Amino acid sequence: MAELVQMNMIQALNNALDIYMQRELNAVILGEDAGAFGGVFRVTEGLQQKYGPERVFDTPLAEVGIVGAAIGMALGGLHPIAEIQFADFVFSAFDQIVSEAAKYRYRCAGQYSVRMVIRMPYGGGIRGGHYHSQSPEAYFAHTPGLRVVIPSGPYEAKGLLLAALDCPDPVIFLEPKKIYRSVKTHVPKDYYAIPLEKATVVREGRDATLVAYGSMMEVAREATLLAEGEGYDVEVIDLSSILPYDLKTVLASVEKTGRLVVIQEAPRTCGFASELLAEVQQRAFTRLRAPLQRVTGFDTPFPYALEEHYLPDKERVLDVLRRTIEF
Amino acid sequence: MIPQMRSILNEDGSCAEEFLDLVPDGDLVAILRAIALNRVMDRRLMTLQRQGRLGFYLTSTGEEAVTVGAAYALRKDDPIFLTYRELGALLWRQAPLNAIMNQLIGNTQDVNKGRQMPVHYCFREYHIPSVSSPVGTQLPHACGFGYAARLLKTGQVALAFLGEGAASQGDFHAALNFSGVLNAQAIFLIRNNGYAISTPESIQTRARSLAIRAEGYGIAGLRIDGNDLLAVVQAVKEAAERARSGGGPTLIEALTYRMGAHSSADDPARYRPEEEAQQWEQFDALARLRLHARWRDVWSDTMEEEAWADAEKAVSQMIADGERWPPPPVESLFDDVYERMPESLRTQKEEYLRFLREKKK
Repeated sequence: MAELVQMNMIQALNNALDIYMQRELNAVILGEDAGAFGGVFRVTEGLQQKYGPERVFDTPLAEVGIVGAAIGMALGGLHPIAEIQFADFVFSAFDQIVSEAAKYRYRCAGQYSVRMVIRMPYGGGIRGGHYHSQSPEAYFAHTPGLRVVIPSGPYEAKGLLLAALDCPDPVIFLEPKKIYRSVKTHVPKDYYAIPLEKATVVREGRDATLVAYGSMMEVAREATLLAEGEGYDVEVIDLSSILPYDLKTVLASVEKTGRLVVIQEAPRTCGFASELLAEVQQRAFTRLRAPLQRVTGFDTPFPYALEEHYLPDKERVLDVLRRTIEF
Repeated sequence: MIPQMRSILNEDGSCAEEFLDLVPDGDLVAILRAIALNRVMDRRLMTLQRQGRLGFYLTSTGEEAVTVGAAYALRKDDPIFLTYRELGALLWRQAPLNAIMNQLIGNTQDVNKGRQMPVHYCFREYHIPSVSSPVGTQLPHACGFGYAARLLKTGQVALAFLGEGAASQGDFHAALNFSGVLNAQAIFLIRNNGYAISTPESIQTRARSLAIRAEGYGIAGLRIDGNDLLAVVQAVKEAAERARSGGGPTLIEALTYRMGAHSSADDPARYRPEEEAQQWEQFDALARLRLHARWRDVWSDTMEEEAWADAEKAVSQMIADGERWPPPPVESLFDDVYERMPESLRTQKEEYLRFLREKKK
């Protein structure tokens, strides 16, 4: 029986990195303030002290340099783990991610490939305004060759990060910073991996399928409890990976419930929820009993003073669930 | 202060005796033959493009002292991060002509499975990582590779080529700054050929030298005569030794001239006077090296004729061989996106192949 330890997401991520660094001598961690200081969110705390400044190091302040150099390190035989301080700052490295990391294996037919993980805290709920709150997952999910992974709690964070680190493809690992410290759960102390590309049914139900990922899983659970109080039995799915993603699990659920609601905190138009709705309506059309629905952020820049209105919450989700089930 | 341009070859082809060992006689002959081959390939492949038998081509005529010279000065396992104008480096590494032609055509024999436009080479066997089109993205890769080489103690030095236009990119700044800070075993070699497509160097920077930027990154920097093979070999050897012994990265600015168009889609007559290229002919890399070889008395008219004739023959054979093969099978379109094909992509593949089968009926 595996030993369990209470951890928040920061501790779980730190623990995963520690396990990996110990095992893989070619692994290196780089990022702004990620070395001596342990990262502004403390995810890499103590690792430089343990593994030395050549394997865990601070970089100059330039995201394009962090990602670009990490790609070169991967080509040269290291396993780089790059930290971008906030997902909002990744865009200066966008070219390196979408033109280089994502396409490297394909364009040379596998002669070289870029095995690396780019970690970045994302999402709202911390009063961060435009540039400390965004959810950029759809930009990356539109890029073949990348994997986009988003954990929803400490247990998921550790298992998915270890799977991402063992994955030979470049992985964008988005960490929901709103719940970095707010939730503590039992996490196995030793190595374990949660398969990428695999969704999890976290609650079974008959009346509707509710799909979310990352910090919106918390909202999904809360809304489900409210719905239960009104007599609705909602099935909840944690997607975990949005590229490539597990359509099968979602389809199996929708074929049973006939109804689908997807939550995302990113803006609505061309968000990941749109993609999921399109696939489901095509492949489960005859089983549907109500229009497929999204609960999303708005098509505005991420606000500051009014962020609680922008972010989907349990009331908004409940409202949409109600209208979907009563359609 | 603008660094002096370093050159070794004198106008009459002579040089000081101390530099003769940089490239021994036998190698000098081999390099001349490689340059002849480079030129024949450029001419014949551009014609092939004009005949509609090749989608695209891009010459490096005039810049071979930099491209061949740099490859010559490196260890065989030092990775060279190419742009699209360094055929000479591939030729010196002995990448087979057939492999090059298969890439240009994108046929079944291409080790890159026809995934990229012509001249976007990748030959891992010869330590040539993959070329891409966005300008300057390869520069941070050389930095990272050079860091990996230091950590893993492979002794390798990563060299990245770039044009003077790429020095305007943010990636250039990041790569050089990171390389300095990380003490990466890397060399950044600018082929300053005067033009980025139609844009002259004066529009890339108000500064009168690019090498001078090295000072701002706290690394070694020098400016050399890029049509002087010995100057190139000396500079790259020196930089490689510095990097290998832990002395840090080097920025080299090699002054040369793009004798041809930017690419098969370009027409330089629209933006630069024809006389300009003609003026450069006498200072051209091949002209200068030939003069030097004659001064050393290791190159004759017969050898010259032989070199061109051999090159023509090899290129004819290469074209004929490459054109025999069809494009890769349609199924391969879906491979290598990930190490293992995801379910979603498998579905797309199956649906498309079914469509093709039904269309044929």
